[in-house]
Amino acid sequence: MSSTSIAPAKDIRKIIIASSVGTLIEWYDFYIFGSLATVIAGQFFPKTNPTAALLSTLATFAAGFVVRPFGALVFGRLGDLIGRKYTFLLTLILMGGSTFAIGLVPGYESIGFLAPLLVLLLRLVQGLALGGEYGGAATYVAEHSPGHRRGFYTSWIQATATVGLFVSLGIILVTRHVLDPDTAKSIEKFNSWGWRIPFLVSILLVAISVYIRLKMQESPLFQQLKTEGRLSTNPLKESFGHKANLKVVLLALFGATMGQGVVFYTSQFYAQSFLETVCKIDFDQAKTMLLFAILLATPFFVVFGGWSDRVGRKWIMMAGMLLAIATYPFLFRQLLSISGTEGRTALNDQKEIRTSVSFIANSRDLIRTSSTLLHYDGGLLITETQKDTVYASGKAAAKPAVTTSRTLGDSDYWKMVGILFLMVLYVTMVYGPIAAFLVELFPTRIRYTSMSLPYHIGNGIFGGMTPFIATLLTTLTTGNKLVGLWYPIAVTGICLIIGALYIPSKPRELGA
Amino acid sequence: MNLLKRVLGIIWIFLGPVVLFWLIRTGAAEIAKNPAANTKIQWSVFIVIFIPIVIGLVLFGYYSLKGEYDDGK
Repeated sequence: MSSTSIAPAKDIRKIIIASSVGTLIEWYDFYIFGSLATVIAGQFFPKTNPTAALLSTLATFAAGFVVRPFGALVFGRLGDLIGRKYTFLLTLILMGGSTFAIGLVPGYESIGFLAPLLVLLLRLVQGLALGGEYGGAATYVAEHSPGHRRGFYTSWIQATATVGLFVSLGIILVTRHVLDPDTAKSIEKFNSWGWRIPFLVSILLVAISVYIRLKMQESPLFQQLKTEGRLSTNPLKESFGHKANLKVVLLALFGATMGQGVVFYTSQFYAQSFLETVCKIDFDQAKTMLLFAILLATPFFVVFGGWSDRVGRKWIMMAGMLLAIATYPFLFRQLLSISGTEGRTALNDQKEIRTSVSFIANSRDLIRTSSTLLHYDGGLLITETQKDTVYASGKAAAKPAVTTSRTLGDSDYWKMVGILFLMVLYVTMVYGPIAAFLVELFPTRIRYTSMSLPYHIGNGIFGGMTPFIATLLTTLTTGNKLVGLWYPIAVTGICLIIGALYIPSKPRELGA
Repeated sequence: MNLLKRVLGIIWIFLGPVVLFWLIRTGAAEIAKNPAANTKIQWSVFIVIFIPIVIGLVLFGYYSLKGEYDDGK
């Protein structure tokens, strides 16, 4: 790396802050849609309308899987042609604008079919923007960093994905509880209109970040190539049409990002869904446990990123994958065991039954809610809630809807936080060094394009599909609640073999 | 090590079509079980996006078999 590209320590801090804050906001924007999927579905995609339900599926699948790699291609190409600075400024504006707009779209009840269509389009823009953001931020920071600190400096960008999830969960939890002094009413208000607040807040964050990014200079390595007239004229063709570079793209995908993406999504998203749908842990408890785990593990992104400057990127990432494969079945079994009743004593004298009735608006029909609270030793509380409609006409009620929610005692709560912390720690191992690893694989003239595509296929497709495939495996093989782990274990296992055997151990210098 | 990489290349070449076959077979079974538009869309998206990835895996195996990833290359 030429000495002209190394930014002074004071400047590199500004560069990292400006890049990381923007990337964090993009992740925040992307995650709030996912975290509020159920609420949004009720507002925009009513199940009673098949077209709206279809658009809901498209919004989930198209934006999560298909559009992100396309964003990588579109903005990666742009970043290699016109520069990193303006490209990732554009992705930030697109992401912030579309997130803010989602918060303004009237519900299905107000504008009908146009509502889900608008949300789908805005979600697609979000996916495209995210596909372009990460490669730009990682490249920009790496191209300002000295070779011996590249892993450390780029790891701040890596931490943004997890911190973005943390901020989105935090803002959602706070908003759910501050809209009314009565918690139940607050949640009701949140589901009705309060869910828009996290979307609208985004515009403030984006405005600040755009202001900071506008003051930044273009990457020195890119600027140097531009001055010398050595920029690529066709980054897509150079990246994927030439065997010498294509084989590196394939190696980056199958030997690193595929496994990294799956570990990322299993530890942070599948684990969350497993807690809520399989272990039936109370919504707030599941979210706060993940928040604590993320909070405790996040510094390790920087620890492992910095460490990779001394011992190399490869073996830290491979160790993270190996640990994930080796311990996932045990850790998930522990989650099941902690939330289960096996070996516990039911405290029958504390059993409570609560019944309430409320009128349905503009109707003489009633909703009857009956909750049975079962206490066990260790502080476990299982709440079974049964809701059914009592018709004034005497019409027979449909089968009541029954939901179960488990609230853990303090000791079990922190045990679960510990397990989730371990899982997020694996994420920091595979994810902390990967930006430095990817930027070092490709030359400056096509770096943005070449590194963005394998990253977003690995994360968007292999990683993003984890919850769906895991759930599918559960339906195909009933009886085994851990069967969903076969997918992450198989994919990470293949990636580990390829990465360990094929990836060279020594970090490379950034070439032109 | 180079020999091992080349032998594994054959496995990657075969793994791609095997995965695609499994996806198509499972997708067809799932659609037959629940022929709603949502199921069709989900599985069509899965299969369509996996086709280029499978091609990539086969190509990776081919390069591996041909020694493109040999040490010192």
